[in-house]
Order: sequence, then C-alpha cells, then structure tokens
Amino acid sequence: MSTAVAPELDIQKIRKDFPILEQKVNGKPLIYFDNAATTQKPKQVIDAISEYYEGYNANIHRGLHSLAEKATTAFEDSRKIFQKFINAAEVEEVIFTKGTTDGINLIANAYGRKFLQEGDEILITAMEHHSNIVPWQIIAEEKGAFLKVVPVNTKGEISLDDVEQLITDKTKIVSVVYASNSLGTVNPVKEIAKLAHAKNAIMVVDGAQASSHCVVDVQDLDCDFYATSGHKMYGPTGCGILYGKRAILEEMTPYQGGGEMIHNVSFDKTTYNDIPYKFEAGTPNIADVVALKHAAEYIDAIGKDNIMAHEQALTQHAHERLSEVPGINFYGTAAEKVSVVSFTIDNVHPYDAGMMLDAKGIAVRTGHHCTQPLMDHFGIEGTIRASFSVYNTIEEINFFADSLKDIVAKFS
Amino acid sequence: MADNTINTKQDEIIEKFSMLDGDMEMMIGYLMELGEKLPEMPESLKTEDNIVKGCQSKVWLTADENAGKLHFQADSNTAITKGLVSLLVSILNNGRIDDILNADLYFVHKIGMNRFIGTQRSNGFLSMIKQIKMYALAYKTKLENEA
Ligand SMILES: Cc1ncc(COP(=O)(O)O)c(C=O)c1O
Repeated sequence: MSTAVAPELDIQKIRKDFPILEQKVNGKPLIYFDNAATTQKPKQVIDAISEYYEGYNANIHRGLHSLAEKATTAFEDSRKIFQKFINAAEVEEVIFTKGTTDGINLIANAYGRKFLQEGDEILITAMEHHSNIVPWQIIAEEKGAFLKVVPVNTKGEISLDDVEQLITDKTKIVSVVYASNSLGTVNPVKEIAKLAHAKNAIMVVDGAQASSHCVVDVQDLDCDFYATSGHKMYGPTGCGILYGKRAILEEMTPYQGGGEMIHNVSFDKTTYNDIPYKFEAGTPNIADVVALKHAAEYIDAIGKDNIMAHEQALTQHAHERLSEVPGINFYGTAAEKVSVVSFTIDNVHPYDAGMMLDAKGIAVRTGHHCTQPLMDHFGIEGTIRASFSVYNTIEEINFFADSLKDIVAKFS
Repeated sequence: MADNTINTKQDEIIEKFSMLDGDMEMMIGYLMELGEKLPEMPESLKTEDNIVKGCQSKVWLTADENAGKLHFQADSNTAITKGLVSLLVSILNNGRIDDILNADLYFVHKIGMNRFIGTQRSNGFLSMIKQIKMYALAYKTKLENEA
C-alpha cells in the first residue's frame, strides 16, 4: 500500500464494515466513487436500524410506556451526540430534518418569510447546489427580495474581496456551501460569516458535503445556521440536522404545523412548543435519526483527522494519476478542497465515460451535479465526478486512471 | 407477401448479443462500432426539430420516403446513444412503411435492453422507436392523401 495513506488507518479493516463494498457489479469488483452523492453505510448504522425496529419501535415524546421511553431516549441521545459533533453550544440548537434541502427550506420559510422585506438581498455563490439556490429564489420572489451571486474564478474559488463588496446594507442572508459537491472547493465560511455579521446579515452554511470531510465547529465558524444530511456522512437517507443559534430560532415562526410542535392547541389559539420541537412537526424519522448517531460515532472512532488525511492523499494521488489521461480537463483546482475530482475529457462525452466505467465496476457521477449555474459558468454540460471516502484505496484510483486511459483510447 | 427482413435483422442482433453473453464492456464496444458505421448525418439536419424528445443525450433522427420505403439518418452527441439509434436504423432502414408501422421490435426484450442500458436510457430508446413509428405514420397518411 502507498505510503501516502495515513498510517493510522487500516483501510482493509474499515472496508469490512461496509457490506455493500463486497459485491461485484457487471462482473467486476465494485469501486464506489460516488460518495459525494451518498456514502455507503457501515454495519453499525445498518444494524442500528433493525435493532430499533426489532427492539424498541415506538412513537417518541408522548408515550409513557417503556418502549416509548426507550425510543425517546435514543432519539434525544442522537441530538446530544450531534451537539458535540458540530460543537453547538446547546442541545436545543440541533433540529432534526430530512436533510440539507429540508434544512435550507426551513430557514427560507421560517426565517426568510418573517424577516425579509422588499428590496432586501440574499447572497449566495456561483457554486451552490440547487438546494441552496431554489429555496431562496422562491422566498425572494414572494418577498420582492433579490438574489445576488458571488462569482467563482477558473480554479473554482471565490474571493473574500468579492464577498465583502457584494454584502450591502440590504443583505439579510448570506448562504454559502462549505464544501462544493461539484468542485470540492472548501470555502472560507468563517471569514464570510464575519463579513456577513459586520453588515448585520445572518450566515447560513450548507454543510451537506462538509460533515464527513471537514472539521465542523459551528461556534468557531460563528455561523447562524448549519444544514447537513445524514446520508453523506455514512448515515441513513432521509435524515439530517439543522443547527441554528438559539436566539434566532426563538424569534422564528414555525412553517410546518402539526403534532409535537405545540404546547397547547385550541380553536382560538395555539401556542408553540420550545425549540427544537417547534420545528419538528409530526412523527420524525425516528429509526434513521437513532441510527445516524452511530454514523457520527463511527467517524469519531476512526478520527476525522485520520479520515481527512486519507482522503487528501487519495485526492492528490487521483489528480496525479488522472493527469496522465490524454485530453483531461480538471474543474475545481482550489488550494483547499475535499475529496472530489471533477473533470471532462476532450471528445469523450461524460455519459459515455460514465457508462464505460460502470461496465468496469466503477461508479462515478456524470452530469451537472445539481449545480447547473456553475456548469453554465464553465460553459460545459457537465463533468465526470469521482469522490472518495474513507474506504477507498490508492489501488482503486490506479485502476480508475488506467480504465480511463483505455476508454480514451477507444475514442481516438 | 410479408417482408421478413426486419425480423431477420432483429434475429441477427439477438444472436450477436447472446454471443456477447452479458459482458457490458463488449456490448458497449459493439454498440460503438455500430455507431461508427452509421453514415454521417449532414450538420444541416441536426436541428432542434429533428431532436428526439425524451432522450437524455441529444439524438437527431430524420426519415425520407422513396417508393414506399423509409430511409433514416441519425446521429447523437454521445457514442453509446449513437450506437443505440444505429441499432434501430440497421433494423428498419429501407423498410416498407407498413412493415415499419407494424414491426414488433421483440429484440428489445430479448436482449434485455432494460437491464443493460438502465431505465432512463431505455425510456430514451423507446422514444426513438416512437419517433420512427411517427415518421412512418406521417408518411403513410401523406401518401394516402396524395393517392
Ligand atoms: C453541496 C450540497 N448541498 C445540498 C445538497 C442536498 O442534500 P440533500 O439532497 O441530502 O438534501 C447536496 C446533495 O447533493 C450537496 O452536495
């Protein structure tokens, strides 16, 4: 094994935790390089889901019986683990959602609807995922507010000078992706938060890609909101968290009504529950939230630093090896980036490459990656994207690079 | 007398695919070869109007009629999709309008197209077939009106 890999990690042992990786695809061993779309799940997470359904499935928060008590404890334990995982000051600042998209929509509806006024501005960047564009467009249209966009340079980076210039007295919300899913770029969200706060705007961080690849300390970042998805950090689909600062969450009006989120309901007047419950209407995704805790614990057990070091080694190796592929063009060469390698190859359509790689057992993503404005900026339809996780290996990347060379040869 | 060329050609393709024995790389290779053999489509025909709707990739497809038979021209911006449209062209090119209209393209199921190219591309492939049948129907109506 290459010496570039963090010596602390036994990748082969880690791979054994992920049953899905053992299979063959199209007769070839699966090489899973679509981790930015969703990561695979370790046994610890998968088992937690069945243990919940087999052992203590019950509706939470309202039952007095033993099962309900056990389920509620497990659910609230998960909240505590995530408070620590992102270093929130208080456990009540952690809201369970369906994922990043759900979290950003919650902010747009419960904060934006209350505080945005005609002529106000929302600032995002040119590399945002559609889920950090469209919710703002919807609320901006409703309120007569405007969306402004920080440009990206050829390496796929934004400049803090541009951000500073674009934040005006009218800016109410600044919402920026921590790590870009299309380019890998890690944005200086801590510095952007300072600039936003200097103009009394709130800072929203799209942490979909960051939670398993970056150090996340919401107090250090001093962001007002941080939205993320469980399924991109070895957890189940359909659950995620939204962090919000207590003072802001308390000012916000819930946008979904129902059970769980109320103190008292009468036909004359309903009073809302306290945070976080006033934003968790209805029976939540208990099983997956409970299992999500095990994903956080899994990451902590390996050590985020170790994971990051391994992924950085993989990414660097991928850049080196892929540079050998004739006609390759990289998108996203920022100085600071997560384990995403996005590229096109002259005269090879990404769809063809994607399907030919699949035939070799390699799963990559091809297309616009839900960042169409970014693709427009680069003047391309889409890219081929390989994204790595803790269980990927140098050997897999070597096979990937060699496969791409084979594929390119078929087109010449 | 019924013209069996369409079925003969389908059977040849079924035979070819069964020899490839489910090997994805070989199937893709075969499709790309087919695509490369397709006569070049003039750029002037690659218009928005000639794009087959419902395909993820861009596929252009035109049909001309001569003595009751249809002649197809096609291209795509992706090599594998070009192979897929070539597959159809190779079976149906120069077929009689009625034969094309009535053709039962059983090879699609027989070669397990769905499993091989995935649901999205399969839907695109069905759109190509639909487009070909629409061309045939349009020419049939035109010829009947002229008669
Ligand atoms: C940067 C980024 N933001 C937001 C999202 C949306 O996440 P989800 O679909 O889990 O809500 C994604 C998912 O691809 C993403 O990569």
